[in-house]
Formats: sequence, C-alpha cells, structure tokens
Amino acid sequence: MIEMIDVWKTYPNGVMALNGIDVYIEKGEFVYVVGPSGAGKSTFIKCMYREEKPTQGSIIINGTNLAKVKERQIPKVRRKMGVIFQDFKLLPRLTVYENVAFALEVIEETPKVIRERVMEVLDLVKLKNKARMFPDELSGGEQQRVSIARSIVNRPPVVIADEPTGNLDPETAWEIMDIFKEINDRGTTVVMATHNKEIVNTITKRVIAIEGGRIVRDEAKGDYGYED
Amino acid sequence: MYVMRRKGITAMKIRTIKRHLVEAFKSMGRNGWMSFASISAVTVTLLLVSVFLAILLNINHIASQIEDDVQIRAYIERTEKSENYDAYQKQLENLEKVKSVKYQSKEEGLDELIESLGDEGEAFSSLKDENPLRDAFIIYTDKPQDTAAVAKEVDKLKFVNKVEYGQGTVEKLFKVTDAARNVGIVLVLGLVFTAMFLISNTIKLTIVTRRREIEIMKLVGATNGFIRWPFFIEGFALGVMGAILPIIVIAVGYQAIFDIVNQKLGTVFIELLPVTPLIPQLSLLMLLIGGVIGVWGSLTSVRKFLKI
Ligand SMILES: Nc1ncnc2c1ncn2[C@@H]1O[C@H](COP(=O)(O)OP(=O)(O)OP(=O)(O)O)[C@@H](O)[C@H]1O
Ligand SMILES: [Mg+2]
Repeated sequence: MIEMIDVWKTYPNGVMALNGIDVYIEKGEFVYVVGPSGAGKSTFIKCMYREEKPTQGSIIINGTNLAKVKERQIPKVRRKMGVIFQDFKLLPRLTVYENVAFALEVIEETPKVIRERVMEVLDLVKLKNKARMFPDELSGGEQQRVSIARSIVNRPPVVIADEPTGNLDPETAWEIMDIFKEINDRGTTVVMATHNKEIVNTITKRVIAIEGGRIVRDEAKGDYGYED
Repeated sequence: MYVMRRKGITAMKIRTIKRHLVEAFKSMGRNGWMSFASISAVTVTLLLVSVFLAILLNINHIASQIEDDVQIRAYIERTEKSENYDAYQKQLENLEKVKSVKYQSKEEGLDELIESLGDEGEAFSSLKDENPLRDAFIIYTDKPQDTAAVAKEVDKLKFVNKVEYGQGTVEKLFKVTDAARNVGIVLVLGLVFTAMFLISNTIKLTIVTRRREIEIMKLVGATNGFIRWPFFIEGFALGVMGAILPIIVIAVGYQAIFDIVNQKLGTVFIELLPVTPLIPQLSLLMLLIGGVIGVWGSLTSVRKFLKI
C-alpha cells in the first residue's frame, strides 16, 4: 500500500531532513508518526503526497512509484489520497458544501455524483445542517471536519494528516479522532503525524517515531514515548 | 454503451468550460480596478499600434505607387543617326540591373507632355513644328532603389546627351519610406512588449489572492491544464476588451481621413488604401494582438504558482 525504500531528503539549503527511511504500511492500517519538533515528520508526510521530492530512494503508493511518475501524472496520484493539515486550508469565500464539492469539481465529476458524495461525507462528519455556512462561521473543530470531508469525498484509499488536531482544544481533538477512527474502520489507510500524547496513548495504534530524519522506533501497539 | 460514454464526456466538457468562464469573469469582477488597468494598458498600446500600422501601410502603399513610376529618361544626342538606335537600345538593355528599355521619339515625348499638362498643355501645341525635345530611351530598373546607380552608368555612354530621373527626390523618397518603416516596426514591437508586461503584472496580482485556491486545487488532484484555463480565458478577455476602443477609433478616424483625402486631393496621384479591406483586417489584427498579449501575460504569471 505505502512503501518507502531508503528515502533521503536534503533541502536546497542543506538541511538533511530525512536520512534513510524504510517503512511499509499495509492497506487499512492506522499509523501515528511521532517525534520531536524538527525531526522530519512533516517532510515524511510531504514526500508521500509529493509536495516534496525525495533526494534519493523510492516511495510506492497504491502500486505507483512516485520517483518514476511524470510531472503530468502527479494529479492522478493525488486523487488517490486525501490530505489534511493543521490549518484546515479551506477557501473562505466558499460555503461548507462548496468547499467539499470543490475537490470533485476540479476532477470533473458529474453534478449528480458530486451532490450524492458531498451529502454523504457531510453526514459522516456531522455537518449536514451547516452545509450552507461559511468557514468563518464555524468553530475550529467544525472547520477541521470540513477539511476531512473534503479529503475523503473522492474515496481515496489513503488519508494523510499532518497534525490535524494541532490547533484544536483537547475535547474537539477527540471528536476529530472519532472521525478518523470511523474512516479507518471503513477500510481507509490513515497516516497521521501528531504531538498529541494523550490520543496516541489512548487510541493505541501502530507508532512510528522519527528522530533526526531516521525511524528510531516502530511498534504495532505503541505509545507516544515522549514527555511533551 | 459507447454512445452513453461519449455523451457523458461531452456534457462534462461543456460544464467544465462553463465553470472556467464563470471563474474567469468572477476574478475580473473581484479585481475590478486591476482589470480596468490591464484593459487600459492594452487599449493605449493598441491605439498607438493601430494608428502606426494604418500610417505605415499607407506610406508603403504610396511609396510603391511612386516607386512604380520611377524611370530614367536618357536623351539622345541630336547628332546621332536613328539607324543606330536599335543597337543603342540593345546596349542599354545589356546593362546590369536594367529591367526594360523603351524608345520614345521626340514627337511622342511632346504629345505625352501636352497631355499630362491638361488644359495648359494646349499652349504647347504650337511647338509641334519646332519640337524642342530630343528622342529618348525610357529605362526601368529591376528595383526602384537601383535608379541612381543605373542613371550614372547610362550618363557615361557617348550617345547620351542628358539623363533625367528626378535626381535627389527619388533618393529622399526612399530614405523617408525606409526610415518610416523601421521606426514604425520598432515602436510597434516596443509597445506590444510594454503591454505584455503590464498585463502579466496585473494578473500576477490577481493570482496572489488566489494562491491558496490554486494550492488546494493541486492538493485534491486538479491538473495544471484545469487550473490554467480560467487564467487563460481571463487574459484573453482582458486583451480582447482592450482592443475594442482602438478598433472603433481607427474605423471612424480612418473613414473620415479617407473621405477628406479623396475629396480634396482625389485628382493628385496620392491614393490611400481603401477602407474596406484595410479596416476589417486591422480590426482582426488588433483583436489577435490583444488576445495574444493577454494570454501570454496571464500564462507567464500563473506558471510559477503551478509548481507545488
Ligand atoms: N522547505 C524547507 N526548506 C528547508 N528546510 C526545511 C524545509 N522544511 C523543513 N525544513 C527543515 O527540515 C527539518 C525537518 O522539518 P520538518 O518540518 O519535517 O519537521 P517536523 O518533524 O514536522 O517538526 P514539527 O514537529 O515542528 O512540525 C527541520 O530542520 C526544518 O528546519
Ligand atoms: Mg511538522
């Protein structure tokens, strides 16, 4: 499903963010990526959806080797994964419904499919009744739910999240985790970089710890393991 | 099955085109002042370009009329015998850069003179008995620009008494037309590039506000082509809108000037290019240049935002 083989990433300014990453993630797994600040978690995530290109090594996602994919084919690869960020990345001029539908419009889905799918995912994230509101009329947790809805609306087999609860209060963070669990239960692979110790230790899943651009720990039912 | 698939695809395309159009015009509306500035930049450019082109094309037209008339008259010494004329004509025809040579007797010369002077020419009719002119060869060169050089060669020949080719005026004429052409071309190109940069900067500003949108489009798997279309349309529309005023101005203005020149100077040999092929052609060209400027400007500015 997701495989990284000897992946290195050196940024143009010389920072060596990843130093030989080898990892295999099975279909349907739920994986936390933890580690101190500056360890390379975001770089790891960015390489997966090809915002950053590894300096060396191969990344195989859904059977496609990202190193061999031509620039023109990148959109096709991205359509098979949902991406979620700490800062939600919603479009302020569009309503909740439109923000979610946007992901399907730009890949030229038919209006019928768009309508069905959008209502379906808004139901899943429990925002059906707020479909006509604008992002600035919503709480942080609700905004993150919209961005999750957008990431899964075209039914990707993989969802990647970089600190999705980073900007949220603890209680809201738990609500968001419920949604991720739900998505995972439906068979979607979830990879999530996080600093949330309580969540990692409570909803126990596979934990990959990165330090200095290397995987230092990889446990099937792991714990957070840091004191922050 | 096949038909249904095809129908599905075409319907999708039309919907997508509609979306791109809506996006393009929404953006123009949102960035009203910037759009206005872009259109103005194109308008000013195309106004100057179209006026220059109209003048340039007419100079060319008039110049070529005059150039066609350029000829060398070589007058033959009175002492020469007419039985040698055929040999002399051959000799002239063999000169380099000479296209053709025509013999004109002094009687023919006088007739032509009288005719060209119209009513005043009648006075000369009495001269027919004591014709003051000489027999002459009329020489046409390959290129009008060769006139001076050929005339000099002809003047050296023994049987030639005098050469006439509108000395000085011909040279001046060519200098003026050549200079006008070159200056015009340089100005037109300079203006077009200025407008391109203005439009590209304008659209760059509108893109900055849409940066986030482009970023998200890329994340959810939109192709670069899909993202580019609204910008392409926006640039094209701005350019074409900028062409409207120049077209109106040149159409109305040229018609007026054409009428005046035709009425006042109609009898003189100067003749402007007719309105009907010129103005539609110029208008099309303006639309084309406007569109190209707009599209180029917008696509260059969107390019760097696509590298996510
Ligand atoms: N675009 C970039 N250009 C240069 N260096 C970068 C870039 N992005 C990250 N880095 C560097 O790479 C290293 C790893 O950064 P990364 O963002 O992957 O860390 P992280 O584990 O996500 O940290 P955090 O927990 O604070 O989010 C850091 O030293 C950082 O300064
Ligand atoms: Mg990070």
